[in-house]
Amino acid sequence: MLDLTPKEIKERKAITINPSKTCQPVGAMYAALGVHGCMPHSHGSQGCCSYHRTVLARHFKEPAIATTSAFSEGACVFGGGSNIKTAVKNIFDIYDPEIIAVHTTCLSETIGDDLKGFIGDMTIPEGKYVLHANTPSYVGSHITGFSNMVTGFIKGLSKTTGVKNGKMCVIPGFVNPGDMREMKRLLKLMGVDFTMLPDTTGVLDSPMTGKYQMYPKGGTKIQDIIELGDAEKTLAIGSFASEAGASTLEKQFKIPYKTLRMPIGIGSTDDYIMELSKFSKQEVPYEIEEERGQLVDIMVDSHPYYDKKKVALYGDPDTLISLTKFVLELGMIPKYVITGTPGAAFEKEVNALFEEFGVEDCTVKQDSDLFLLHQLIKNEPVDLLMGGTHGKYIARAEDIPLVRVGFPVIDRYVHSLMPVTGYRGAMRLLELMLGALMDRQDRDVKEEDFELVM
Amino acid sequence: MSKVLDNVLDKYSAKVYKNRKKHILELENEVQEIDANRRTMPGMLTHRGCCYAGCKGVVLGPIKDIVVLTHGPIGCGYYSWGTRRNKAAVQEGDGNFIQYCFSTNLGESDIVFGGEKKLKTAIKEIVDIFKPKAIFICSTCPVGLIGDDIPAVAEETKQLYGVDCIAFACEGYKGVSQSAGHHIANNKLIKSVIGTKDYTPKKHSVNILGEYNIGGDSWEIERILKRIGYEIISVMTGDASIDDIRKAHTAELNLVQCHRSINYIAEMMKIQYGTAWLKVDFIGVDCTVKTLRDMAKFFNDPEITAKTEAVIAEEIENIKDDIEYYKGKLTGKKAALYVGGSRAHHYQMLLKDFGVETVLAAFEFAHRDDYEGRQVIPTIVEDADLKNIEVLEVEKIEGKFKEVKTQEELDELKKEIVNLEFYPGMMPDMNPGSIVADDLNEYEQEEFIKALKPDIFFTGIKDKYTIQKGGVLSRQLHSYDYSGPYAGFKGAVNFGKDVTMGIYTPAWSFTVAPWKTESILEGTFGGEV
Repeated sequence: MLDLTPKEIKERKAITINPSKTCQPVGAMYAALGVHGCMPHSHGSQGCCSYHRTVLARHFKEPAIATTSAFSEGACVFGGGSNIKTAVKNIFDIYDPEIIAVHTTCLSETIGDDLKGFIGDMTIPEGKYVLHANTPSYVGSHITGFSNMVTGFIKGLSKTTGVKNGKMCVIPGFVNPGDMREMKRLLKLMGVDFTMLPDTTGVLDSPMTGKYQMYPKGGTKIQDIIELGDAEKTLAIGSFASEAGASTLEKQFKIPYKTLRMPIGIGSTDDYIMELSKFSKQEVPYEIEEERGQLVDIMVDSHPYYDKKKVALYGDPDTLISLTKFVLELGMIPKYVITGTPGAAFEKEVNALFEEFGVEDCTVKQDSDLFLLHQLIKNEPVDLLMGGTHGKYIARAEDIPLVRVGFPVIDRYVHSLMPVTGYRGAMRLLELMLGALMDRQDRDVKEEDFELVM
Repeated sequence: MSKVLDNVLDKYSAKVYKNRKKHILELENEVQEIDANRRTMPGMLTHRGCCYAGCKGVVLGPIKDIVVLTHGPIGCGYYSWGTRRNKAAVQEGDGNFIQYCFSTNLGESDIVFGGEKKLKTAIKEIVDIFKPKAIFICSTCPVGLIGDDIPAVAEETKQLYGVDCIAFACEGYKGVSQSAGHHIANNKLIKSVIGTKDYTPKKHSVNILGEYNIGGDSWEIERILKRIGYEIISVMTGDASIDDIRKAHTAELNLVQCHRSINYIAEMMKIQYGTAWLKVDFIGVDCTVKTLRDMAKFFNDPEITAKTEAVIAEEIENIKDDIEYYKGKLTGKKAALYVGGSRAHHYQMLLKDFGVETVLAAFEFAHRDDYEGRQVIPTIVEDADLKNIEVLEVEKIEGKFKEVKTQEELDELKKEIVNLEFYPGMMPDMNPGSIVADDLNEYEQEEFIKALKPDIFFTGIKDKYTIQKGGVLSRQLHSYDYSGPYAGFKGAVNFGKDVTMGIYTPAWSFTVAPWKTESILEGTFGGEV
């Protein structure tokens, strides 16, 4: 497995090998699926749209619908205006969504299609909406695309009546519906009146009923997005995925925002709960205290199995920052932390965590890839890998247990319905990590050292 | 027009109706004309992919011992990394690049100032780290627009490093589907790879064209052919080594499994090297048997003929109990198929082995000849979207041209072997009354499910879960749902087992919760009992 990866690390300036990111539009498509009655639309050639739907279907094991402008070579020369005009008419005629959320690809961005102009010139059926976000694939990553689409919804829909509605706008970041569900549960327990944008619960974890619904029950309601202009405050979960949307609400409607780390692990969840408590001015209910205590209890009980274990983490920046912190809270060593998404802020934040917890000889890299991660591991191995499915090649090549977390996880089932956020998510994550490490011990120890009780 | 079709098309606006009507038909007794290989209508929720997917993802990606480099932003390379299950085993002394994804990962400044510089540096780094036998560069959408001169970079690479390097201009917007990418890949392989390495075959030798070893299909096919005594020079391109493709011209016969993706090479090899081709079908027991007998007829060697019958008898003996068992479970079921450009036909024949009837079959990107048969090729009208896909004019290559059979012998054989240098298409194998559709979209698919009520819908990942949410089993015929092989004799059993498992899995029976059908409330509500 990966036999061609040499131990010797040569500096690379141009070639990316085994990326730890993908391109913007899939993030935008995911965000758009988190709006009720929304048809995501890809303004480019149809291959992008197919690929993006495919990776979402593989990760969630769910339908992921989206339409495309289906550029031909002619459209590249003359622009994609007539393509999107035809598309919008066909989509409303045939698929009847409430809203069409358009994103772009490297094709339409390189051509310089003026989507705002195209949409302005369209006849849109009464009570329906078409809005857009520019998502050039040659900038940032899928996380950037998610962020741009969230911003696109706010720019395209949100309005203010001048009267505050007491609600908190929560932008949950690029997380699974299982995590959004958990974050919402905690919001409700904390008595916070909120709108979550986007919200893929009920969409990308919809139940089997024997009746296919193109627009399932879930998703943020359009009216709620419109009313975001009257929100009291915005909570941006994760600076890479969510801060741009929050800052747009601030600029347009003077709504203050707070950026928090994704509530993975104990400290980041504490921050989340504290922030909700400040907002709703409510005491933290016993139910949450109990969960937190259970988590700490498990951490104390099981520490001999994870203490000082070295972990290699890879994936998306917001998720990784919080995972790194959780790993440090456990007393483990986050030996390598690698994201494909560019952004110096990532390295700064992770380095600050290394410093805060006093770990040395740990490496963090942004705009990097799994080929480098593998080489680093060849030079100094780790005990555990944590990240999406693409790391399984390294896991097998180096015989390291892998905990699947993040996006995409395309080789396992159920994961996207279960949280890694909140205290309960931390318990689940810990169970996965301990399971991986302890299974390994069971597999590797000599027969005479095999333990019944652990 | 039939009522089923009318109902489906009725919802469309006049413009869409006019277009889609030509792409869908209900079969009557004779072969009808269908419109295919046309521009995708925007906004229809198509399942199609692009030219890059057809070139890099399908044809080139499976070649295991070379670097296939995606020149573009990160997405295209990422999505085609490991997702098509073209299996490859490491060959001794070589590496296996299938597990890797190579991309120039273009950024904004590359789009503005051109990506050539980054491409050249990337190639230098690849050579430094891997010293591959060859580098294939595949272009993506923006590359064509910003005007990077990829062929010049490929030429420079050869000069600088002595590494074979070929540029494939397979930008996603070219043509109307994956199909254009097949053609572009075929053209370069015939021009720059096939015929570049000499070799003398030891026995009756063949190439297997258009076989990508999904789930190990070509390994099962090779197993059978080797038992009979054939030598396989190359498989294009499942589990292929570039050196095998280089010497493909030395084979005596080309076997064409996927007509759509590789017929260009089959036709061009016939002209350049005199290699005859046979449309084969290793999907399904009856089809595999027929194919093996067609091959034996072609070679007309008593030893091969005898061995063919012996192997057929033994293979069938080995699987007959399993086939009977699954046939018992599946007979009378109805299937719909919607696959790329080939399998929607081939799998109908395998389903027939199990007594399953096909009520609908559709291709994403096949051409009229795949639907109607190659005899219609002269009547196909190309439109503007296709005119810029290069059609290569090739000539006989003296010294390498060898006719295993003279043209007269071939013409005589064609009377006996229908599939010799001919593909009759999908429609003649289908029953009157069944539906044939081209570039089927999500709306049409849903409506046809309601009208035709198939027990199983074979398709791809994008609509699998849509169909299953509606209570109908869907098995993927691109990825085989991570199972396989489905080809050959052993593959038929795997297929029967997988379909049976899907139809009979107990989970279907839990779809409706008990409280939906039976009241759990006892006592009275508002005075009523």
